Amino acid sequence: MSMLLEVSGVSVSFDGFRAINNLSINFAPAELRAIIGPNGAGKTTFMDIVTGKTKPDEGHVIWGDRNISLLGLSESQIAMEGIGRKFQKPTVFEDQTVRQNLAMALKNPRGPFAVLTHKKTARNAARIEAIAAEIGLLDSLTRPAGELSHGQKQWLEIGMLLAQDPRLLLVDEPAAGMTVEEREKTTDILRRAAETRAVVVVEHDMEFVRRLNCKVTVLHEGSVLAEGSLDHVTANQQVIDVYLGRSHA
Amino acid sequence: MRKSFLSENPSVLWFIAALGLFTLVITLLSEATGAGLISTSFVKTLGKTLCLCLIAIAMDVVWGYCGILSLGHFAFFGIGGYAIGMWLMYARTEGIVLESLSGQTIPPTPQEISDAIGNQIFGVVGSSEFPLIWAFADSLFLQLLMVVLVPGLLALVFGWLAFRSRVTGVYLSILTQAMTLALSLYLFQNDSGLRGNNGLSGLQNIPGFEGTPQSTIAIVFFLISATALGAGYVFFAWIVSGKMGSVIKGIRDNEARVRFLGYHVESYKLFVFTITAVISGIAGALYYPQAGIINPGEIAPIASIYLAVWVAIGGRGRLYGAVIGAAFVSLLSSWFTGGGAPDINLGFYIIQWTDWWLVLLGLSFVAVTLLFPKGIGGLFDYLVRKQP
Repeated sequence: MSMLLEVSGVSVSFDGFRAINNLSINFAPAELRAIIGPNGAGKTTFMDIVTGKTKPDEGHVIWGDRNISLLGLSESQIAMEGIGRKFQKPTVFEDQTVRQNLAMALKNPRGPFAVLTHKKTARNAARIEAIAAEIGLLDSLTRPAGELSHGQKQWLEIGMLLAQDPRLLLVDEPAAGMTVEEREKTTDILRRAAETRAVVVVEHDMEFVRRLNCKVTVLHEGSVLAEGSLDHVTANQQVIDVYLGRSHA
Repeated sequence: MRKSFLSENPSVLWFIAALGLFTLVITLLSEATGAGLISTSFVKTLGKTLCLCLIAIAMDVVWGYCGILSLGHFAFFGIGGYAIGMWLMYARTEGIVLESLSGQTIPPTPQEISDAIGNQIFGVVGSSEFPLIWAFADSLFLQLLMVVLVPGLLALVFGWLAFRSRVTGVYLSILTQAMTLALSLYLFQNDSGLRGNNGLSGLQNIPGFEGTPQSTIAIVFFLISATALGAGYVFFAWIVSGKMGSVIKGIRDNEARVRFLGYHVESYKLFVFTITAVISGIAGALYYPQAGIINPGEIAPIASIYLAVWVAIGGRGRLYGAVIGAAFVSLLSSWFTGGGAPDINLGFYIIQWTDWWLVLLGLSFVAVTLLFPKGIGGLFDYLVRKQP
């Protein structure tokens, strides 16, 4: 099966510190993947590279059926190619309503003049309502996003990702600060999304990763340490050493 | 489309109604068309204030809605004033020259006429040659085009360079200050082609209307300014409503997030920066014929800072706030500095408002920023929320 995203041999340094070290990692068109790793393993830098925020020193990032390189594209071009990103801290537009937040994210022409002459259509409204129902915010469409609870903001942001209709979702710590019920619901949303597209979840929380029940990649010092099911990787002695901080080998 | 836009934004209708009523009252009380209770000079002051309100709403869109603290928008205002001033001055001088030469037995050649006009206009800076930038000064239509094109192009080039390099925040503010300072210093030079520190004068005399009393000209410009403000208000309200408004407010609140949604943020900033510069130019072109004179001091950096102060005091992120701030502060400013406010004798010291007004303005700016970040316009929110 051809891959949706192929990252190969990527390295990047900040002031001499190698945040990513010869990293190679692939994602299939429809899969759910968790990326775990201790602090400083390069999880966020990996997402920065894929979304165009950081340019790597070397390596290739190849995307999609046409095998285009993402390295020459800007953030907005990469987003238009179909890669959506959810940040660790929920970043929704708090002054605006849930509907406005979703409408902004909805897949539509993005140029200033297309936006200026944009008209509300029944089709867009239906898409917004479908997404709002998916994330459980159908009753809150007219509320300002700033009024939502922490968990609801996280869902709204996931909903904004879904509205972009991306082929790859990069989700950074979606469960941080959530209650148990909220986590369950988040798991459901992500697993349903992964039926039709690739969803990559970066997470610290092992319990949440277990609930996702998917393939796991362990990053350490900027490269892949282990890959496989959660039981497989947690049985790996190197992973145990890294996570428990034992220095003997 | 238009209907749904206005019905979704009732405050626009309220504003237009209030502006219309105000215009009607002033027209009925003015010397030219009504009871004569309002002096011509005060009609001019009000007309100028309307132009300042127009540039203030432009400033509010670029700063309050899009988050770009431009401290150079008065440069565009000044350019608009210079562009219309060139035609006013040329056409009027041409009229005077033709009249004085008409008594001669031998009709003057076009070259003689041109030299005489040049001498009249540029004699004050020791020149009689028309600089290249006056090439279109004989055409009202082309100079009106300049009112729109020159600020628009300057904003487009400046904005493209600045936004493309992702210059933001205070660095962008400093760049815009540098732009208006550079333009002002350039115009102060005698060989800039725009009469150096003398600027352009006699702009209140409209060519072709020499017989019309100033009281009539004043009320006509007042009405044109009110129309421009109303049209500008509706236009900007349309821009900041709907999806465009969502995107530019998103850029203000979290530029990076908007970028990851797939929007090319730089294009949006450039659009907003340029369109507000064009409206600022139009406001300037209406202001200076009422002021009668424009000189490079008008576009000194402080002018653009005042503009930001008006918008901050009136209330950022709401168009009527900008109108209130500009009208309130600029009228109060002319009252204080024009000797309208009585001096306060403290016994040991006399507070003269001509000197102390700036201190008062500065203090109120600090107070508004710290205590009422929503400005005077925020009071409306408070009142509206109190009523169920």
